[in-house]
Amino acid sequence: MIAVKVDSVKKTFKAEKSVVTALQKITFDVSKGELFGLIGPDGAGKTTLFRILTTLMLADEGTATVDGFDVVRDYKEIRKRVGYMPGRFSLYQDLTVEENLSFFATLFNTSLEENYDLVKAIYQQIEPFKKRRAGALSGGMKQKLALSCALIHRPSVLFLDEPTTGVDAVSRKEFWELLRDLQKHQITIIVSTPYMDEASLCDRVALMQNGKIMEINSPKGITENFKKPLWAVRGENMYQLMQTLQASEAIDSCYPFGQYHHVTFTHAIPDSQATSELAKIAPVLEVQKISATIEDCFMELMRQ
Amino acid sequence: MKEDFAISVRELTKRFNDFTAVNAITFDVKQGEIFGFLGANGAGKTTAMRMLCGLSFPTSGQAMVAGYDLYQDAEKIKKSIGYMSQKFSLYEDLTIRENIRFYGGIYGLNDHEIKSKTETLVHQLHLEEQVNKLVKSLPLGWKQKLSFSVAMIHQPKIVFLDEPTGGVDPITRREFWTLIYQAASKGTTVFVTTHYMDEAEYCDRVSIMVDGRIDALDTPLELKRKFNAPSMEEVFVQLARKAKRGD
Repeated sequence: MIAVKVDSVKKTFKAEKSVVTALQKITFDVSKGELFGLIGPDGAGKTTLFRILTTLMLADEGTATVDGFDVVRDYKEIRKRVGYMPGRFSLYQDLTVEENLSFFATLFNTSLEENYDLVKAIYQQIEPFKKRRAGALSGGMKQKLALSCALIHRPSVLFLDEPTTGVDAVSRKEFWELLRDLQKHQITIIVSTPYMDEASLCDRVALMQNGKIMEINSPKGITENFKKPLWAVRGENMYQLMQTLQASEAIDSCYPFGQYHHVTFTHAIPDSQATSELAKIAPVLEVQKISATIEDCFMELMRQ
Repeated sequence: MKEDFAISVRELTKRFNDFTAVNAITFDVKQGEIFGFLGANGAGKTTAMRMLCGLSFPTSGQAMVAGYDLYQDAEKIKKSIGYMSQKFSLYEDLTIRENIRFYGGIYGLNDHEIKSKTETLVHQLHLEEQVNKLVKSLPLGWKQKLSFSVAMIHQPKIVFLDEPTGGVDPITRREFWTLIYQAASKGTTVFVTTHYMDEAEYCDRVSIMVDGRIDALDTPLELKRKFNAPSMEEVFVQLARKAKRGD
C-alpha cells in the first residue's frame, strides 16, 4: 500500500529579479507504515515539499497524493488525515499545555481520552506541566507538546519538519525512540532532518540537495552504493594532515570526521599498499579501511 | 587568576529566583585555544556564555575575559570579543558590503580600515560578484561564513560561536571548521558550542555542562580514555543521561 505518492513535483519562487527553483521535478513513493526520512541541509526543499503534501501550498507542476487523495482536488480530506509538525513552534503560546491539546482535539472532533493510547508515551512527559502556558515551556517540552497535538486526531500520515534541529544528542536519541514506538500504531511517518546520522534510523531515506533528490534507498542500500575503498586516517597534526592530503593528486577526497579524516584515492590501489601510499604523502599514525557512513555518501553525491 | 588565559572563570554562578542556571563553574581557556563548550539543552550553556560576553550579570563568582574583569570592565570585554550565533547575526535587508560597513562602524574601524577590510574579506570568501546583493539572497552556508568573518572584523582576542554550523550541508560544515582553524592558528581564542559530536573532536579541549555544572573538561582524547568511550558522542551521552533537570 502506498501512503504518499509524489510525481514530478516542481515548485519555483520569485525572489527579487530571479527565480529560485525550490523543487526540481521530484518523484518518490512512501509505503504505508514506513518511517521515511528527507535528509538534507537548509535550502534542499524539504519544507516546501511538506507544505505541498499537507495542502498548504500548490505545486507549479506534477501531482501528489496522500492516502490516495489528491493534494489539490481532495485537500479537505487530506487535512483530516494528516498530522503536521512544522519546523517553527506554532502552537498557541498563551494557552496552557492542556488548552492547546483540547483546542486541537476539538478542531478534529475528538478528545484526548479517545486517542490516549497513541499520545500517552509522549504526553506523560509533559503532563506535570499541563497548567503551564505553552510559551513558558522549555524547547524539549514544546517539541513534545507539538508532537502530541499533531497526533491528537490519530492521523494516518505524520509529517515532521526538522523536529530535532538544535536539539542535543541525547534528546535526539529519545525523540527517535518515540518515533519508532509510533510506527507500531501503523502511522506512516515522513521526517526531515539536516543530521546525517539520523538517516540510519529510517526505513528509507531520500538524500536531498538544492531541490533535487540525489538518491533514495534504505540506509544500508545507500552506504553499500559507496563503491570506492574508504580509509580512516589519523596523524599528529590533523589540520596539517588534511591540507597536505587535499593538495595531493593521489588523493581524491579527504574530509575530517571527528578524530579521523576519511580519505579516498584517485586511482585504485591494493588495500595492502594504502598505508605506505599515504605515508609517502604525509606522516600518518593510523590507517584503517572503513565502511562509508551516510554523510560520506552525501558528500560524494554532492561532488558528482 | 593568571593573566595569560584568554578566559578565566572561578565559581561563576547565575540564579534566576530559586533556579540555579549556572552553578559555580570554574575553568580556564588558553590563548589561541579552540574550546568546545558542550551540554544538553537547558544545561546552562547560553546563560554562561551571556555572562562571559558581558550581557548578563553573574549572581556570584569571578571571571576575567580578554584580561578584563567581568564586574569592572564589561564594556571593554564587549570591545575585545566577537560573537556569532545562528539566530542573530547579519541584517538580511542590507547588502554584503553594507553589513561589513555596519559592523566595522560599530567596532570603531575608520573608513579606510573598513574599505580595506571589505576588500580582503570579500576576496577571502570569494564573494566578489555578490558584494552588492542583499544578504537574504545568500545561501545559508555563505551567510554563516560571512557572519563569522564579520564577528572577526575588529580582530578580537576571543570569538564566541553559538552553534555556528547548524543546518548546512556536510561539505560547507567542514569548510566552516577550516575558518575556525585558521583563526585559531593566528592566535584568536575560539569558544564554540555545537550539537555535532564529531565537531567536539576538532576542539583542543572540551567542557561538558550538566545541570548547570561543568562535569567534565579535558582534551577529546583524554575524555574518551576517562569515560572508556570510543567517541565524544558516547562521552556526551554518558554524562548528559545523568542530568536530573529537564530541559
